Amino acid sequence: MALVLNEEQAMLKESVKDFLNMKSPISALRELRDTNNPDGFDRSVWAEMAELGLTGLNISEEFGGLDFGYIGLGQALEEAGRTLAASPLVSTVLLSTTAINLCGSDPQKAMLLPELAEGNLIMSFAHEEKTHHNPTHVATTATLDGDFYTINGSKTFVLDGHVADKFVVVARVSGAVNDKEGIQLFLVDSNREGIKVNRTMMMDNRNAAKVNFSNTSISKENKMNLSCFEDLEKIYAIGAIGLAAEMLGSAQECFEKTIAYLKERQQFGVAIGSFQALQHRAAKMFIDIELSKSVVIKALKAIDTNENNLTEIASLAKAKLGQTLKLVSNEGIQMHGGVGMTDDVEIGFFIKRARVAQQTLGDYNYHLDRYAKLRGY
Amino acid sequence: MIDHLTEFRKETSAWLEENCPVSMRGQTKDIAELYWGGRNSDFTSEDQKIWFKRMHDKGWIVPYWDKKYGGGGLSPLENKILAEEMTRLRCKQPLFSFGISMLGPALLKFATEEQKGHYLKDIVDAKIRWCQGYSEPNAGSDLAGLQMKAVDKGDHYLINGSKIWTSYGDNADWIFCLVRTNTEVKKQEGISFLLIDMNSEGVEARPIQLISGKSAFTETFFDDVKVPKENLVGELNKGWTIAKYLLTHERQMIGGIGEADQKFSTRDVVVDAVGLHNGVLNDSILRTELVTHEMNLAIYDMTIERAIDEAKAGNNSGAASSLFKYFGTELNVEAMEIIMTAGGMDELAIEGEATSNGFIAKRFLRSKGNTIEGGTSEIQLNIISKNILGLPSK
Ligand SMILES: Cc1cc2nc3c(=O)[nH]c(=O)nc-3n(C[C@H](O)[C@H](O)[C@H](O)COP(=O)(O)OP(=O)(O)OC[C@H]3O[C@@H](n4cnc5c(N)ncnc54)[C@H](O)[C@@H]3O)c2cc1C
Repeated sequence: MALVLNEEQAMLKESVKDFLNMKSPISALRELRDTNNPDGFDRSVWAEMAELGLTGLNISEEFGGLDFGYIGLGQALEEAGRTLAASPLVSTVLLSTTAINLCGSDPQKAMLLPELAEGNLIMSFAHEEKTHHNPTHVATTATLDGDFYTINGSKTFVLDGHVADKFVVVARVSGAVNDKEGIQLFLVDSNREGIKVNRTMMMDNRNAAKVNFSNTSISKENKMNLSCFEDLEKIYAIGAIGLAAEMLGSAQECFEKTIAYLKERQQFGVAIGSFQALQHRAAKMFIDIELSKSVVIKALKAIDTNENNLTEIASLAKAKLGQTLKLVSNEGIQMHGGVGMTDDVEIGFFIKRARVAQQTLGDYNYHLDRYAKLRGY
Repeated sequence: MIDHLTEFRKETSAWLEENCPVSMRGQTKDIAELYWGGRNSDFTSEDQKIWFKRMHDKGWIVPYWDKKYGGGGLSPLENKILAEEMTRLRCKQPLFSFGISMLGPALLKFATEEQKGHYLKDIVDAKIRWCQGYSEPNAGSDLAGLQMKAVDKGDHYLINGSKIWTSYGDNADWIFCLVRTNTEVKKQEGISFLLIDMNSEGVEARPIQLISGKSAFTETFFDDVKVPKENLVGELNKGWTIAKYLLTHERQMIGGIGEADQKFSTRDVVVDAVGLHNGVLNDSILRTELVTHEMNLAIYDMTIERAIDEAKAGNNSGAASSLFKYFGTELNVEAMEIIMTAGGMDELAIEGEATSNGFIAKRFLRSKGNTIEGGTSEIQLNIISKNILGLPSK
């Protein structure tokens, strides 16, 4: 498959770009923050995103989606990364819909996918329990008793958890905390008894809740079909690639803003962009961004063509984008000088999103280590 | 269309299987082991000769050149398939030639039909081995400041001056040179592109020894050398455009060298030398260096793939060659550093049977030239900042 967009995909990207520039520019994120918005995103913009079809990009037509695949969703995420648009795109569309696509039973799909495609449902994927991404660390338990499962445990970093209608909860039906065997997924309505949600606003002004399940009872039809640990890894791989696409958008925007500033800001009677010390650093960032574009499109296509080395490519993409966005967002501030440290200027918003995205589904170190293991050392 | 290509792949792979001698397969450890052609060089083995002849008969010495110039007339897709099959079967290149990678593309774009017929054919037939006469003692990064003079003497040009760092200048038959033909104008506007037979009277190539011990390049002197006027390529004083065009091809080639011959080995060399414990490399610091390197290498390959696909889709960016030159050579240098670290004291040996005569040590030293030759890394970063990012000059 060629590493370029086809006409349909390019048009999708353009229209998402236009829409977000108009409806969800960085100034909108600032306003959500300054007005202490209870949702952390704009519900009317979310409804319009659903109308555009963004909530159904990775849902088949059979269930009311657009069936654009992950290459399509990747374009939307990249554009959302450019304007740092806060929305449930990652929590709901990228993670939860993917989980249902891959592990939902037929009745679960028939019930949830059309609602997700319509944008009627906000869902969060509740998996992390530690300070760092760790797929095997599942201490949360689900115990079967008659027709019901009882869930107990604490989840952290549950993206958009404070507004979720439903959670996909990763819980253990058997085995010890770090076992690969015995992990299962459950659909849990957020209004069930025994659920305590603590909204936590992150540095990027988005929300990641701490969610506690204390004897939360759900009927057994809510168990999903996670057949093995590799399935769970596949959800994380797709999530990591989607995040990499979003980070690519942020990196490009942050870089372009910085280059514009290098041309505009005058010191010593010349534009600061004429200083070679800055030029060479800018050129190296350009190279990192070009490399990043390649790995992201390759990885998105690998999801759609079902490549069997998806975990490896996901680690490549997430690690590279972690490194690139960190570099670009740090340099963005440094090259803006004092003004880069002020809240007035938008460049500082990028480092905040960079750090949160970096930790989501495994940081640079995590993926470097995993890539080495996958390569046999 | 698809059917034709599937068929072509099948036939190609079968033909290569049958015709590529076993000794002409496997990793190319050093480009010096390849056949370089030319008046003075002979085949190093019977298999090398057979392999060259068979590929030559097929037109596959330069498969994508037009048949009338001795090429194979393959379409870009067919050529890609042939290259993929050769990589898969690990067939060595039948001829390594600056004529193919550097001069050829420039001739195809700027030479007269007569020149193309003559010079391209000689490249394909391996009759002439070319070298590059760009750099001068006082014109390196500032290439346009070159001074070697060509004076119009009616029926010929008279050349005086010298070139330096001429790779394989003492083994080459002809040299493509940048010469000064006008001193009155802006420096870029008084340069011409001239082809010179190194057998001409007044040409002398003196070897310069490299830090790796080899003497792969020369200082090349031109003392009242007469060059026929028909050896000029393109218009008089328009040589700078040709020079830059040729450099983009040279840079892609240099950027690719590291990639092609390092791809399979760095990890294996390191794992062999350092060993694993519970499946994890015994040296955790080196492990981080290696995996960072391997990731960038994998993504570099994807970037080459994307550039090819984008070119096919018509979104070509010429300045990309600077990206490849910069990153490809930095990766190659990094690979050698990692291998040296892994090898420790063993790989410091420069002589002695037990260490294959300093193969790694010499390669390590030679790799330092990758980020200099063809325009230094710093110059590539300058080109990216000015031509792609549009950052101002002082
Ligand atoms: C192995 C090898 C093979 C070669 N083969 C050939 C050949 O076949 N034919 C040929 O013509 N030439 C050849 N060269 C020459 C090569 O192209 C030059 O060495 C190269 O362009 C640099 O020129 P220089 O050596 O004069 O270094 P200089 O130009 O003197 O550079 C010295 C240092 O200053 C830096 N520098 C210079 N200008 C700038 C600037 N504007 N901004 C920032 N930094 C700058 C350089 O990056 C470098 O680090 C070869 C070189 C090597 C090492």
